[in-house]
Amino acid sequence: MIAFDNVAYSYGGGELLSDISLRLAPGSFHFLTGPSGAGKSTFLKLCYAELLPTAGRVTLFDREVRSLSRDDIALTRRRIGVVHQDCQFLDHLPLAANVALPLTVAGKTSPPQDLTDLLGWVGLGQLADARPPSLSGGERQRAALARAIIMGPDVVLADEPTGNLDWEMSLRLLTLLVELNRMGKTVLIATHDLNLIRQAKSQLAARVLRISKRRIQLAGADL
Amino acid sequence: MNPLFLITPDHQADRVVPPSGHTAWLTSFTAGAMAFLAVFALALSLAAGRLADRWSDALERTATVRLSAPEDQIDLQTRAVLAILSTTPGIATARAMTDDEQRALLEPWFGPDLPIDALPLPRLIELTESGSGYDGEGLRQRLAAEAPGAVLDDHTRWRRPLAVAAARLRLLGLLSIALIGTATAAMITLAANSALAANAQVVKVLRLVGARDSYIARAFVRRFTLRALSGAAAGTAAGMIGVALLPSTDSAGGFLTGLGFQGASWLYPLILPPLAAVVAFAATRASAFRKLRELT
Repeated sequence: MIAFDNVAYSYGGGELLSDISLRLAPGSFHFLTGPSGAGKSTFLKLCYAELLPTAGRVTLFDREVRSLSRDDIALTRRRIGVVHQDCQFLDHLPLAANVALPLTVAGKTSPPQDLTDLLGWVGLGQLADARPPSLSGGERQRAALARAIIMGPDVVLADEPTGNLDWEMSLRLLTLLVELNRMGKTVLIATHDLNLIRQAKSQLAARVLRISKRRIQLAGADL
Repeated sequence: MNPLFLITPDHQADRVVPPSGHTAWLTSFTAGAMAFLAVFALALSLAAGRLADRWSDALERTATVRLSAPEDQIDLQTRAVLAILSTTPGIATARAMTDDEQRALLEPWFGPDLPIDALPLPRLIELTESGSGYDGEGLRQRLAAEAPGAVLDDHTRWRRPLAVAAARLRLLGLLSIALIGTATAAMITLAANSALAANAQVVKVLRLVGARDSYIARAFVRRFTLRALSGAAAGTAAGMIGVALLPSTDSAGGFLTGLGFQGASWLYPLILPPLAAVVAFAATRASAFRKLRELT
């Protein structure tokens, strides 16, 4: 589904990620952890082709990202839902329109009941007409999650999704992500919140990847 | 990108780009002002063209034979010249100007009391061409043989600079329209760049959720094209009203008062709004795709 083969990524100055090889299998649940600045966000951006590797191969759904045209990248992103810590919305549109945005840009429509059900699933059923600037941090994260999955993506990537949330709200969001994984979605969450990881591992068989010294290692016993 | 999207609105796609405040009315205003100026440049160009044609036609159809001869031979040679002219193919009429007509020609320089009888003025014979025209070189040779004091002036030396001047004036008008079009494209490109920069977050979100470049560009292109079209339509209408309100040639005379459209040429300015829309379409599209290529 998503495969890295000897991937490296360098920003102008030095190499941030080096010699990374891994595969995210369909239906798997991974955490990606590591200190701030280690390259977690960069790794996620490589996963949805916002960045291209400076060395090695990144393969998304059996296609090497360098071979993808800009249109191909857009179509690939419809199969990957992304939730950012500072999730951004179109502030002039109501929440429901923001959540339905992936459908809109794909020229599709969703039955109103499906959208209502999705908003209800993330606990935002009463806020369909609210504008994004009026939402709290937790509400924005859940709205971003709803937007990320409305197209029925194969993969959900979350970059520090609980970074701005209290513990109760973090657990609520985690529960939603675990439910998605049980529906067969591949989930990768970048976080430095070890408590969140422990909580998830108590519910399912999550693998934990750690970025250390520019490389990704499989972590486990110390968590 | 199929231009038909301009007339088949996609309300969902239109909504993803927020109303962009100043750039909206600035684009319309710019297109309107440019169309207004273009109407006058077009009117200038058409008027210059008419003037060139009129001057050329008027001078092209006439010629003058200037006859200088001793006083006792002037009438004889005048008759000889008129006889030659009456038998020359391509000449419709020929007549010797009267003393009063010659005095009227000189009056602007010498005043009304010119003693024309006391001056050794040449006799002027005016001729007009028929449709096929005459053989100028052949006529000169016949005049040299039978009326040595006669010189044919076919107005070439007057006509050429006038025609050149009018043609250049027409070219200047067309050049002005081209410059106005280029300036419009530049300003709309700046406005589009500004709108894209102001909506960087919108573009980023749209790319993140899988929008193609063509989808994002379309939302901007449609908006700017329609703004340019509506602004240019208003500017063109105002310009045409302004031209229509210019004093008529009959009441004031002169070149500037002839600065208008005549007959079917009133239709020409109507091409300016669609032209502005095409310019806006191309400028915004190029600008949008260039900006989008900077993003991954």
